[in-house]
Amino acid sequence: MMTKTEILDLYFADARSKLIDLAAFLDRIERSSGAGEHDPRVRSFRAALSHLQGGEAEKAKAVLLTLSDPTTEPVAVATTKGASGAWPQYPS
Amino acid sequence: MRYIEPHAHMVSRVTGDYTAMVVAGCRAVCEPAFWAGFDRGSVEGFRDYFSQLTEHEPKRAARFGLPHFTWLCINSKESENVKLADEVLAMIPEFLDRPNVLGIGEIGLNKNSRNEIAVFEKHIDLAARREQMILVHTPHLEDKLKGTRLIVDILKNDRRIVPGRVLIDHVEEHTAGLALDAGFWAGITLYPESKCTPPRAIDMVEVFGAERLWLNCACDWGNSDPLAVPKTALEMRRRGHSEEAIDNLIFGNPLRFLSQTPKFSIG
Ligand SMILES: [Zn+2]
Repeated sequence: MMTKTEILDLYFADARSKLIDLAAFLDRIERSSGAGEHDPRVRSFRAALSHLQGGEAEKAKAVLLTLSDPTTEPVAVATTKGASGAWPQYPS
Repeated sequence: MRYIEPHAHMVSRVTGDYTAMVVAGCRAVCEPAFWAGFDRGSVEGFRDYFSQLTEHEPKRAARFGLPHFTWLCINSKESENVKLADEVLAMIPEFLDRPNVLGIGEIGLNKNSRNEIAVFEKHIDLAARREQMILVHTPHLEDKLKGTRLIVDILKNDRRIVPGRVLIDHVEEHTAGLALDAGFWAGITLYPESKCTPPRAIDMVEVFGAERLWLNCACDWGNSDPLAVPKTALEMRRRGHSEEAIDNLIFGNPLRFLSQTPKFSIG
């Protein structure tokens, strides 16, 4: 296993770039018109971001769970083939 | 470097991809039956596809010295058409004894619907009756967690299914444990945007252990990279993994899982 310094040397620049991309993505949404703030993708995205702060273990898993359909019952019929990346019924 | 590409949709790839894979060290490629990007109109469309997977594509791969294997099914994206699915399921046994057919796959769920589950269970029954190995596709994005839970429960409830002969593919950090803890193998798919990056894949290998994991590129007609596995091997080197550990993950593991069927022989 690598040390923390070795991991930083290997991945910090890439993670920094992705972090700024995320911030710019949120700026872009906030500058734009329409009611997108209430879109379940934005709501679950912001909730997922909250898992990145603090000392919580398994942050990637927590983000994925936040962006997942948590229900267990099969749906009656598949009306589409695609997936949006966020659970459409994510609570407001 | 040597590796086995255990999940690639080569019918959608150009000839140069074969060259690049072989140059990178690929020793065998396995091609599960897949959705074409549009719904096929009839069972005869599937007959042609299965002929392509069992006759034409192995010949194409052989021109590059690459052994080609396949898995057969109707994809969950086409499972709402239960009548067509039943017709395809009735035809699959005609192809199961062909020399490059490894088993039933990639079956699974897409939107976690009742019809998808019914067709999934019919595939499992066919696999059990014919003692076939199983390759499972788990749903995309927000549907993956629920679908993986449903799939694992269905497989565990069928006493005829030996978990060590089933691989649950496209796992991520929130689903890898579900598959591995139940005794199944798990596949990590290296796919731009929608699945897993090389650093995350290596994280999962480090966290879950490499014992029952394989890596694949799942390259198809979408945004995907046929060299994702050897590129991830390079990333493993940067992370300090030994050549032996890399070889074990990208060559030894698929060899070990797939060799459970005597048809998988790469000389
Ligand atoms: Zn696939």
